[in-house]
Amino acid sequence: MRSADYVIKRLAFALFTIFMAITINFFLFRVIPGSAVTDLARVPNATPQLRHALTVEFGLNDSKLHQYFTYLWQLVHGNMGISYVNQQPVFPQLLNDLKNTIPMVTIGTVAAIIIGVFFGIVSAWRRDSAVDHVSTSLAIAFYSFPPQFLGLVLLILFAGTLPSSGMEYALAGVFGSVGFWSRLQDIGIHMVLPATTLCLTLYGEFTLIMRSSMLETLGEDYVLTARAKGLRNGKIVVRHALRNALLPIVTLVAMSLGWIMGGAIIIEFIFTWPGIGWAMWEAVSQRDYPMLQGGFLILAIAVVGCNFIADLAYFKLDPRVSE
Amino acid sequence: MSMLLQEAAVGPLPEVSRRPLRTVLRHHKSGLIGLGIILFFIVIALAAPVLMPYSPTVQSCAVFAPPSAKHWFGCDDGGIDLLSEIMLGGRISLLIGFAATLVSMVIGGGVGILSGYFGRWVDIVLMRITDYLLVIPPLAFALVVADVWGPSVVHVIIVIGILQWAPTARIIRAQVMTVKERVYVKRVRAMGASDTRIIARHVLPQVAPLLVANTVLTVAVAIYLETTLAFLGLEDPSSVTWGTILQHAFDRAAVSAGAWWTIVPDGIAISLLIMGCFLLGRAIEDALNPRLRVGHLSTRRWKLRPLVGLGPDAI
Repeated sequence: MRSADYVIKRLAFALFTIFMAITINFFLFRVIPGSAVTDLARVPNATPQLRHALTVEFGLNDSKLHQYFTYLWQLVHGNMGISYVNQQPVFPQLLNDLKNTIPMVTIGTVAAIIIGVFFGIVSAWRRDSAVDHVSTSLAIAFYSFPPQFLGLVLLILFAGTLPSSGMEYALAGVFGSVGFWSRLQDIGIHMVLPATTLCLTLYGEFTLIMRSSMLETLGEDYVLTARAKGLRNGKIVVRHALRNALLPIVTLVAMSLGWIMGGAIIIEFIFTWPGIGWAMWEAVSQRDYPMLQGGFLILAIAVVGCNFIADLAYFKLDPRVSE
Repeated sequence: MSMLLQEAAVGPLPEVSRRPLRTVLRHHKSGLIGLGIILFFIVIALAAPVLMPYSPTVQSCAVFAPPSAKHWFGCDDGGIDLLSEIMLGGRISLLIGFAATLVSMVIGGGVGILSGYFGRWVDIVLMRITDYLLVIPPLAFALVVADVWGPSVVHVIIVIGILQWAPTARIIRAQVMTVKERVYVKRVRAMGASDTRIIARHVLPQVAPLLVANTVLTVAVAIYLETTLAFLGLEDPSSVTWGTILQHAFDRAAVSAGAWWTIVPDGIAISLLIMGCFLLGRAIEDALNPRLRVGHLSTRRWKLRPLVGLGPDAI
């Protein structure tokens, strides 16, 4: 019964967090004086008619509380408002953008986890050896590089050899990429630089956490027992320590999802990747508030959802959690 | 680039010596390097007006002139000396980094201590808010807030400060909860000391090293966020910071011009400072974590060879 309790608790927390995100979203945009929506003077090229239409559209003459409930009600029905720029509903556009973001972010993150875990294990195993020093120094360096710097450096290094933009054409299948395979290849080539940038900015942190987690695990009594039994180092690390040392990685991935999405925004901005980060940046530069608001909400929900999944995974992996 | 400190990783605090920082630096050389890097950039930032070889606003060489003996880091799209710009840019980047960290340490430390010390409903309310901030994508949130409020240095400081206190609050709370239960705290309480006195005299000194480690790591995150917000054009475009230098390079086609010197020195300055903060913060954190000192793997490597079939002189 304990597990049902735990799942319900985490689910309640996830839903509550999403509710908080929605509320903060509302307050940021509507209630704070001089904020985006109430200050219609900041809408670009607004004619009096448009202003009036927007006032009616957003129900700005109603009470704030009434507005808030209208906002909630509309959200429940999947209505995130209409983009100022192209007058189309925000939600389907953002969903489409999210479809472009997910593969890039997933590939980059998974690659970073694999590389990070591998070097973390090697570092902890050969503690204080040359391998450890090189790997740890590299990890610290890459951890310190901001994604925009790394992205720009990769852009310069691979200018001409790998495409730095134009993903939207690859996705649409323009410019001669006919057929499924050639399109897939086209998309793949476009994904190399963004995914590599993301992977490199993330792997350092995974390496460092994996290393210290592994070091802590190697200090446990059962590791000493295993060694006393005469097991080889390799066997101790892989069969005994690894599983326990991996637990913090699960937490780390869940905890840094928000940061990963942040990195994705910058990377999409640099490589003109038609994902949700790019959409948000465009929304910022064009003062398209419904789009920005919707993008933030979708990202928040995505991160909260992934955190919920990570919580469940952690529960499955570590029975001590339920206590 | 999230906070590397983990609640679980910090065990019970070892004895705090009279000069904790000195002890840490003696045992962890990387911490000393980190401190050196941070001090280096602080000195450069403070002395920038004297050290700058050229004006950061007036053209002093050709557009996108490559690095030369006269202009070590080359020139940007306006023919402005990049070395001068980077020296000056460090001022605002550091200011924002430290100021935002101060904001987040005051909020985070305060929330953590209150939450851990008083427990019950205070804890529940404060921790729900903290949990919320922990899962919200920081950059997306910063984007929204910076955009709604408009670009300015003060706004960026507030945004980063508000975004960064949550991990600190969590870590400090966990530590306060264990300190609170120690015998000596209970003893002072029995002697009639007030909550304020217990917190100020007995709890705060115990969590201080952790708070310092956290502060240093937060500076790194704050500077990272500052450069990122500036890169996305959410900072006052007229101010020169490490973030806006990168942004200008990207905006004004430095990449297609092949002008790597507009990107690399500036990016390395940002990375070095972040690295310095990280090294120092991690050294303090490692010093606080006794679990990292023991390892049970065999350090010697040897192999058993079967001697069968190798002949009489195999040994």
